[in-house]
Amino acid sequence: MSTQNTIPRHDSALVPNGPGAAAILAAGIGSFAVAVLTVAADKSALVKNLLAIYKPTGALSGVTTASIVVWLAAWAILEWRWQKKNVSLRSINIVAFALLGLSLLLTFPPLGDLL
Amino acid sequence: MEITTRSLWTLIHGMGFGALYLLAGSGAIAFLYQRFSADAPAAPSPGKDHLLGIYLAVMAALAWLTVLTGTYIIYPWYRAAPPKGTTSLGDYPRSLLLSNPATSQWHLIGMEWKEHVAWLVPIAITAAAVVVIRYARDLKYHPQLRVALHGFIVLSLFAAGIAGFFGAMLDKNAPVEGGQTVQLVQGEKQ
Repeated sequence: MSTQNTIPRHDSALVPNGPGAAAILAAGIGSFAVAVLTVAADKSALVKNLLAIYKPTGALSGVTTASIVVWLAAWAILEWRWQKKNVSLRSINIVAFALLGLSLLLTFPPLGDLL
Repeated sequence: MEITTRSLWTLIHGMGFGALYLLAGSGAIAFLYQRFSADAPAAPSPGKDHLLGIYLAVMAALAWLTVLTGTYIIYPWYRAAPPKGTTSLGDYPRSLLLSNPATSQWHLIGMEWKEHVAWLVPIAITAAAVVVIRYARDLKYHPQLRVALHGFIVLSLFAAGIAGFFGAMLDKNAPVEGGQTVQLVQGEKQ
């Protein structure tokens, strides 16, 4: 009788944490891009006009489209670099959550106006 | 019983996609906790891992549908500028809110925050869904990835909550109205 079914499938992680870290950090970068472009459009009429790629929605169209491009580009680059690697995920988490937290704060207009 | 097309879209955006996302969020946290808590079975069925991935992917789809309908269908109606000489601002919610100091902050803080913070939600939940689908059973070997997943889901719920709260308050103070009237049920004269 085979005992194969009772043996755990993995003794340690088979998939390195690099691809997961890439997704986590890229999401932080993409979110931060939303915040930075929001503040930039608010401070500069030129940036606001440049970001109004779809007139009925105004600068919001450019802020979100550009942020998604930044997010996906960051994800692709990080995925390419970390695909087969294990990285310090604790540090990556700290950076990603800091970026997400800052994005929440900077998109809050009274705080964005202080910059 | 009638509804205008603009009201209908607002309902689909907020009460449909947005509210479903918020409801699903607490389920996702419970699901993740149950799946990876210390007393969880060591080798749960692979179906449970797939279900969590599908659950988060549906949440991501809801988040994208919410922001896309909000930004590209409803927001243009909300921010449309009234033609010169317009006296009734009912069809121009942004201008209506800004015309009164008692309501202007609903736009200047509420809408300005909502329209941007809502976009953090699909970014965060898409990353979470991809991680769960990609790692599946291997997630149990990556505690830091699980920390990130919990954090992303909680943060996305917080951002969605902000957007949902201000969406409801904006709709209360200056609803997006207009467009064609859709008759839902024909009533009888009493």
